[in-house]
Amino acid sequence: MEQAVRPAQPALPEPGTRPRQNIGYWRKYGVFYLMMAPALIVLLFNNYLPMLGSVIAFKNVNYQVGILRSPWIGWDNFDYLFRTTDAWKITRNTILYNAVFIALNLIVGVAFALMFQAMRSRRMAKLHQTMMFLPYFLSWVIITYLVYGFLNPDIGVLNKTVLPWFGVKEPVFWYTDPKWWPIILPIVNTWKGIGYYAVFYLAAIVGIDREYYEAATIDGASRWRQIRSITIPLIRPVIIVLTLLQIGRIFYADFGLFYQVTRNSGSLYDTTLVIDTYVYQGFIVTGDVGMSSAAGLYQAVVGFILVFVSNLIIRRISRDDALF
Amino acid sequence: MTSLQAGRKWRKADEISPGADILINVFFWFYTAICALPLLLVLMVSFSDEKTVLLEGYSLFPSKLSLSAYDFLLRDWLNVVRSYGISIFVTAVGTVVSLALMAMFAYPISRRDFKHRGIFSFIMVFTILYNAGLVPFYIMYTQVLHLQNSILALMIPYLVQAFFVLVMRTFFANSVPYELLESAKIDGAGEWRIFGQIVLPLSLPVLASVGLLCTLNYWNDWFLSMLFINDNIHINIQYRMYKALQDIQFLSSNASAYSAILAQNPNFQLPSETVRMAMAVVGIGPIVFAYPFFQRYFIQGLTVGAVKG
Repeated sequence: MEQAVRPAQPALPEPGTRPRQNIGYWRKYGVFYLMMAPALIVLLFNNYLPMLGSVIAFKNVNYQVGILRSPWIGWDNFDYLFRTTDAWKITRNTILYNAVFIALNLIVGVAFALMFQAMRSRRMAKLHQTMMFLPYFLSWVIITYLVYGFLNPDIGVLNKTVLPWFGVKEPVFWYTDPKWWPIILPIVNTWKGIGYYAVFYLAAIVGIDREYYEAATIDGASRWRQIRSITIPLIRPVIIVLTLLQIGRIFYADFGLFYQVTRNSGSLYDTTLVIDTYVYQGFIVTGDVGMSSAAGLYQAVVGFILVFVSNLIIRRISRDDALF
Repeated sequence: MTSLQAGRKWRKADEISPGADILINVFFWFYTAICALPLLLVLMVSFSDEKTVLLEGYSLFPSKLSLSAYDFLLRDWLNVVRSYGISIFVTAVGTVVSLALMAMFAYPISRRDFKHRGIFSFIMVFTILYNAGLVPFYIMYTQVLHLQNSILALMIPYLVQAFFVLVMRTFFANSVPYELLESAKIDGAGEWRIFGQIVLPLSLPVLASVGLLCTLNYWNDWFLSMLFINDNIHINIQYRMYKALQDIQFLSSNASAYSAILAQNPNFQLPSETVRMAMAVVGIGPIVFAYPFFQRYFIQGLTVGAVKG
């Protein structure tokens, strides 16, 4: 019969010493807590306490009795939200636009980067790179002014100058006709953001060891072949990580783009209303707390799942680039 | 080294044909024009005569130039200057405080010997993963903190950006040699001293990069003014530009005087189109001027650091 084995006892402290771990820990690391405190306080009020506020979506908020005492209505707000066609429209708009943006960022970004690298004159390349990056630093308000310069129905460049060149005499009412915006918005978004992606891809391309190309040239590969077989495959990790990061955020739209550039024109909502602007309209403008908070929670939860999953995938590919 | 600044380091596989090179150059001249022309258009319209603009439309080559738009802005400069002041204050103070807060959080979580750094990292990272949305955010700042119409409401939301904290953490962990810290501790330095006299001076690159990005965030923001400011005084320049596009009267410090003028003299025309564009020039100007200087550091920060997405 086996003797039950006694679990090992923790070693008794040596005579003459005492375990000082706790006090020692605080003496050593207490400062760190002090350092982190201000940021933690900001996070508490700016991020974490509002998370508790998500509960608003399940209540019929009556400001007079206050949020805490407002009646609980469970999923009613969500029922109402998803029964309208709005829910489908805003989801579709958000995802489709972001998908187009992601595709354009990738294609145009890589294309530009390849062209920059191929240019013979470094000075010219730097000049063009500088100009290409400029729109990134402009705010959406400024970009709205720039777009307005083109799309102003009476005196904008398009209606007054460019269209007549092509023989189109009738002005197009850009700000009230929804069908043009699925084209306008991607153009504006790419124009503004491409600098960022082109620079990233360029950095990756420049980092490729020259010897690969030299070996390929010796083997007689054409430049196109080299791009296809060396450059693109070697920057694949960067492409995938950047793309995945964007896909993770596919449920979040750039508020500035959709609110400012469209001048928040209601007649365009069919093709320009996204979840973020819908929540804003519903909550701040209309004051419909129920629907907007339901939409907000919907976005937060789906957004969370997407970001989380995409980050897990990124972890597999390139550990350094993952968030956790 | 992927430094884009040292032109020598760029390697090309082999030279492309002159024909292809010309094509690419032409394309990029075209694209550069696309980037520059809208700004030039705004500039030229601001220097145009209002009636000409209304007749001929916005044009790069107006038939009649005029300074009346700027004249108007100069006469009624109070609001614009005030908004500029708000923008500058919020940007400067916000960036400095933000860098301080974020660096003080990033440093402890970068220290390998700090046992609980995982938890605090997670607390930071989680804010990227889950965002409660506009409604609770708004309610927090207005109903709980009562910060409507306060400048603090323009600063606090951007003080701690988890992404930048992570960038700083990576930099502290990889670029500040742990041995340096250890030897400082042996010499008897306390944590604050190590942080202030060793870590921060070594971290100027990341502080500069993140600082630039923070400055950009604050300067370009208009959303916070839209949400939280209801008076005409505490709004920043971007928001004022936005309102001016909606309603040109918004530029005037004295809307009632303006209405009175209109009532007496219905023919009085505010040169709205040109003044709007002058407003835009005033708003864009600083960025375009500062751009050549800071864009180098910005690109360096993007590519050399661990900033991805």
